[in-house]
Amino acid sequence: MNLLELLAEPLSYTFMIRALSVTVIASVLCAVLSCWLVLIGWSLMGDAVSHAVLPGVVLAYIVGAPFALGALIFGFLAVALIGGVRDTTKLKEDAAIGIVFTTLFSFGLVLISVTPSHIDLNHIIFGNLLGVSAEDLWQVLILGAVTFSILIFKRKDFTLYAFDQTHAHALGMNPRLIGAVLLGLLAMTSVVALQAVGVILVVAMLIIPGATAFLLTDKFSKMLIIAPALAASAGVLGVYVSYFLDASTGGMVVLAQGLIFTVVYLFSPRQGLIAAYIATKNRRKSLAAAS
Amino acid sequence: MIATSTTELAVDVSSATVHYGPVLALDNASLALAQGTVCGLVGMNGSGKSTLFKTIMGQIKPDSGSVKIGGTDPLQARKSGMLAYVPQSEAVDWNFPISVRDVVMTGRYGQMGWSRRAKKKDHAAVNEALERVELTEYADRQIGQLSGGQKKRAFVARCIAQGASIMLLDEPFAGVDKRSEATITTLLREIADDGGSILISTHDLQALPQLADEAVLLMRKVLMHGAPEVVLQAENLALAFGLDPMKRDVS
Repeated sequence: MNLLELLAEPLSYTFMIRALSVTVIASVLCAVLSCWLVLIGWSLMGDAVSHAVLPGVVLAYIVGAPFALGALIFGFLAVALIGGVRDTTKLKEDAAIGIVFTTLFSFGLVLISVTPSHIDLNHIIFGNLLGVSAEDLWQVLILGAVTFSILIFKRKDFTLYAFDQTHAHALGMNPRLIGAVLLGLLAMTSVVALQAVGVILVVAMLIIPGATAFLLTDKFSKMLIIAPALAASAGVLGVYVSYFLDASTGGMVVLAQGLIFTVVYLFSPRQGLIAAYIATKNRRKSLAAAS
Repeated sequence: MIATSTTELAVDVSSATVHYGPVLALDNASLALAQGTVCGLVGMNGSGKSTLFKTIMGQIKPDSGSVKIGGTDPLQARKSGMLAYVPQSEAVDWNFPISVRDVVMTGRYGQMGWSRRAKKKDHAAVNEALERVELTEYADRQIGQLSGGQKKRAFVARCIAQGASIMLLDEPFAGVDKRSEATITTLLREIADDGGSILISTHDLQALPQLADEAVLLMRKVLMHGAPEVVLQAENLALAFGLDPMKRDVS
């Protein structure tokens, strides 16, 4: 069997095509959003919201409402509770985040354990790439397209929000509204991505691609291209490797993203560790030569 | 009597009182800034300078008292783009992946459509503003790769591109060398001579007389408002600082 046949083999299965589609869509969407999250300093907030949507998704399942609706409500609830605990106690934000999202996540776990269901709700936690149904794929496609379009259409406002909220305010914009929209999009994205890698690993996809791209460029417009390109590559790579090794698909996708980050961290031409080491050495050498 | 726009006060804060919880931050403070003037805001840390700025910007609503910008409601004034702000250095993320040109372009956002797509006149305004602050050759640098003085000028250029008639500058001379300080002073004087109104909070008392037409001494309330030479006299500064900051002798 030559390499081409080897690569084409998984594509003969419908479940693999669906798995690849969901992975690429979720990876690209998360990666685009992650560019802002990393710059605003909302990585922990991404962690919190992506976990806190769990009870919302389960409740939506129970009452037969769209998952996205439940996720949105609990996403905003989490943010409101975090803000409330932070502002009305002497606790710092990281403690408030830690308390709120773990409580909501546990509530979700308990709900799952007592809900009789013909689908395995545990798939929400660990993802179930290989079991994506046609209906799941449609939901991911539509939610993903809507979220992606809003992100791209209003990208300049989000970037201004990340860079200088006071200036946005001075122009008569409403920075709190922009922030709220971004958090809403974060909750929607979590729903899309938990199909792929599950609630626990969504946070990786919401941080790593943006962080990796940030190490590679100092132009935001380039980050918006590099991050999704790397994430999509990691997604395809992860799905393939997991197919041949018969390993956890969601786990492999995130592992691939982490490995790409590591390579960039070491070898990035400007900010990489190795480039910095060589630069220091050269400086020492030229100093030694001068003296 | 109907006031015409040319005689309206640029900034009119009247009897503003602000509390943070139980802490009194501004006590019945009034500040009137006429068009075309540069006013220095002097006071020690915790004297309410930032609170007064935020009150003018509309980020804080005073418990009592009122704020008018250019004779109108502050939100209307902000939406019309007449108010601009130059942040303190510590408030800016200098690693942010944005170029000098793009920072200046954000000054135009209020005049753009929903997706903030730049048109010809926006590019022209940005180029002109960059020219004015002499940063044209640095336009494509990442914002953190400028010197302290150039960084300040980039944000002043943003105000110019915005076409703002009222500028608030928070500690513009912190971390700026003497030569850049002189450049910025000249630039701000030109803007004021063209009718712009400028309010500067500063610790740099020596530079104030060349720059400002008037100075305000703040200690939660406005202690004094007048010509810099008068306001900055030692006995007046002692009121605001509790000692004479111009003298550096050890007693």
